[in-house]
Amino acid sequence: MISQVIVPEAEPSPSHASPPGGFSVTFTVNGDRVELVVDPRSTLLDTLRETLDLTGTKKGCDHGQCGACTVHVNGRRINSCLSFTAMHDGDTIATVEGLGAPAALHPMQAAFLEHDGYQCGYCTPGQLMSATALLDEPCGPSDADVAECMSGNICRCGAYQNIVAAIQSVRKQAEA
Amino acid sequence: MNAFSFSRAATLDEALAQSSDGATFVAGGTTLIDLMKLDVEVPAKVIDINHLPLREITLTAAGGLRIGALARNSDVAHDATVMRDYPVLSEALLSGASAQLRNMASTGGNLMQRTRCLYFRDPAYACNKRSPGSGCSAIDGFNRNLAILGTSKHCIATNPSDQNVALSALEATVQIRGAGGERTVAIDDFYLVPGDTPERETVLEPGELIVSVTLPPPLAGSKSTYLKLRDRASYEFALASAAVVAVVSGGAFERVRIALGGIGTKPWRDRDAEKALEGKPVTPENFASAAQIVLRDAKPASRNAFKIELAKRCLVHALTLVTNAGARS
Repeated sequence: MISQVIVPEAEPSPSHASPPGGFSVTFTVNGDRVELVVDPRSTLLDTLRETLDLTGTKKGCDHGQCGACTVHVNGRRINSCLSFTAMHDGDTIATVEGLGAPAALHPMQAAFLEHDGYQCGYCTPGQLMSATALLDEPCGPSDADVAECMSGNICRCGAYQNIVAAIQSVRKQAEA
Repeated sequence: MNAFSFSRAATLDEALAQSSDGATFVAGGTTLIDLMKLDVEVPAKVIDINHLPLREITLTAAGGLRIGALARNSDVAHDATVMRDYPVLSEALLSGASAQLRNMASTGGNLMQRTRCLYFRDPAYACNKRSPGSGCSAIDGFNRNLAILGTSKHCIATNPSDQNVALSALEATVQIRGAGGERTVAIDDFYLVPGDTPERETVLEPGELIVSVTLPPPLAGSKSTYLKLRDRASYEFALASAAVVAVVSGGAFERVRIALGGIGTKPWRDRDAEKALEGKPVTPENFASAAQIVLRDAKPASRNAFKIELAKRCLVHALTLVTNAGARS
């Protein structure tokens, strides 16, 4: 549970310029308000993992090519590795930690289990965040459409068919 | 990553005022932050413009469409007016990058997208674009993804964008704000070929900011298509692509606009090929003649000669799609 994380040496800064040592930013992560002073170089990915200890979000390529770092910002999926934390003042961020819990899985998590949508699991948090965002996007009905909508998430184990099957099963549940 | 100062602008005036030597604006960040991690971009200052009111997509008095510079690629691609009146732009946007990147990438940022040349992206190599005067490692290197049109002895880097190819075929204009006010530049004039100064890619001056892209009213009765050829079916840059907007009447081209991607140092509009087609019957022979015109000055490097034939076939196929009854309107 995150309440407040403040770098001790930083002063509160209402100004628009970065104060020595960092830049002030406030946002919510999985419903919790977070206040931080960050090095401008910090990416959202590194802040989530290193500062907020939300290590569910994974670092793969760190260049927007693999999708392991996918999170939701204001309801939309993005690559957290290609975004400075300082750019997220006022944003609502959701990570895989907020999706479900072992005793109360998100339907997409349950579907990944049911359809064996992973092998090593490293890409899975990113796949899940992409897949759940996809449910609210204009994605066509076919398996090929889903594969296209998911092309920003690489799975080196090659679980693609099962990932598509998992997503399609959740979409069918939603229609029913 | 090099250290830099960071500031956030709330208004356009504030953004322009915060700009200074070595400063850069950040919108989606998908190109800039990638290149900053590689030490290819080393700005002294980064100005966050995401809070500027430049996300709207609005109809113009002239019947065209003004797309705010901060409108995300996904929002433009799925905009109802764009899908109805300018489907070639929607198709081009959706053929590029991934859903995550399109949610971040902005219209203005896509205009400023940098080349994917491997040697530009790696500071260990010589690159006249990144480090003027250092030489070009690409000309005799791994260059199969690089340009065959608009090149110079100093640079053969390709403009990698899909959006910009569609915008060229749509004859878009770019609105730019600077200390001196606003100016409008035709997209074809916005980009520069490398010549002796490959480090200069556009006419944008330091401190200037793209505020919007404007599309003229759609050509009445036009059909269009964006055809992209690449090494894999999704999430890959074009080896060759073609955007075609055409009005066909009585079996002949009344008007046609042609731009190619993946093969030029800038989005490659060819007015001579357009003129050659206008008034002519819709036939495979005329498509081939137009393709021949587009590629007439192609200069391949060591590993990309295949692009000459690929680009010709790409354009011929795009013209075939547009002029068939089944083509998307």
